[in-house]
Amino acid sequence: MSLFDYFRALQPQKTAKVAKERLKIIVAHERRQRDSTSLDYLPLLQRELLEVVRKYVAIEDEQIKVHIEKEGDYEILELNITLPDAENRQINP
Amino acid sequence: MAKIIVVTSGKGGVGKTTTSAAFATGLALRGHQTVVIDFDVGLRNLDLVMGCERRVVYDFVNVINGEGNLNQAIIKDKRIESLYILPASQTRDKDALTMKGVARVLEALKKRFEYIICDSPAGIEHGAIMAMYFADEAIVVTNPEVSSVRDSDRIIGMLSSKTRRAVQNMAPVKEHLLVTRYSPKRVNSGDMLSVEDVQEILAIPFLGVIPESPSVLQASNAGIPVTLDDNSDAGQAYLDVVARFLGEEPPPREKKGFFSRLFGN
Repeated sequence: MSLFDYFRALQPQKTAKVAKERLKIIVAHERRQRDSTSLDYLPLLQRELLEVVRKYVAIEDEQIKVHIEKEGDYEILELNITLPDAENRQINP
Repeated sequence: MAKIIVVTSGKGGVGKTTTSAAFATGLALRGHQTVVIDFDVGLRNLDLVMGCERRVVYDFVNVINGEGNLNQAIIKDKRIESLYILPASQTRDKDALTMKGVARVLEALKKRFEYIICDSPAGIEHGAIMAMYFADEAIVVTNPEVSSVRDSDRIIGMLSSKTRRAVQNMAPVKEHLLVTRYSPKRVNSGDMLSVEDVQEILAIPFLGVIPESPSVLQASNAGIPVTLDDNSDAGQAYLDVVARFLGEEPPPREKKGFFSRLFGN
């Protein structure tokens, strides 16, 4: 770091910093959009899972949540099923 | 085993053709059998940058259509023994590049060359997709500027979804980040994104940085790839890029003097 850089650092926010912040936001947003278009099977997956679970436990539509999360090189398929109270759980054959 | 390398960017005017010419020339200077292909059908320019525009008889589309054979179309560089150019056609429409046709030409070139450099057109249309489709590796050329970085990210997304390696579930295309038209002075003054900033946003492995340099225009004016100009800082930077690509770690160029350290240049 040069002598001049030190004084420059004291000045108000530079345009490169603004550019970086704006890019980070838009790029992250566009990546999410890209990823979600390649995962258009998710709603169907959710519906079919619901049907399977309902063979054994009575659950409502909103009690199942399917979610994909990206972390570095891998993706995690997160599946959350909220079970009802024990007495409402039984399926009547 | 021959390697197909696409030079791509999304945005136009960032230095794809300059990079294709300089990089191919650098590989050939190291003794590798290298051919560089212009995929910009309708807007051929690699021939001018390489200085062989008056020697074009048959082109890429002629070969695909069987109007001329490959040996007639590829132009041997007059300066470097192992360097060849396959020019784009000037008149046909861009759909002339069929997937089958491109595959056939690349297969034939693979038998003869170690490195096949594909100079992509700008944009994300057919021509750009054809240039990247068969690639094993990609050099993503990016200027330290918002529109270029964003477009590069689009292209990186396409490399991982629209290429043969992606479609056929093979190992992914190996990506390399090349930052061009870089001005360390403006980075120091806070008005230009740094290489670190660009790399952090795009998150692909770093290959090199080419300084903004008058010698790039001088080289294209004369039709000489900038890597052949011994006095050019950009040319030297491209030679470093080639060395790094070949797995070497080039020594840092020139030590900074007292004044440049003081003034942050």
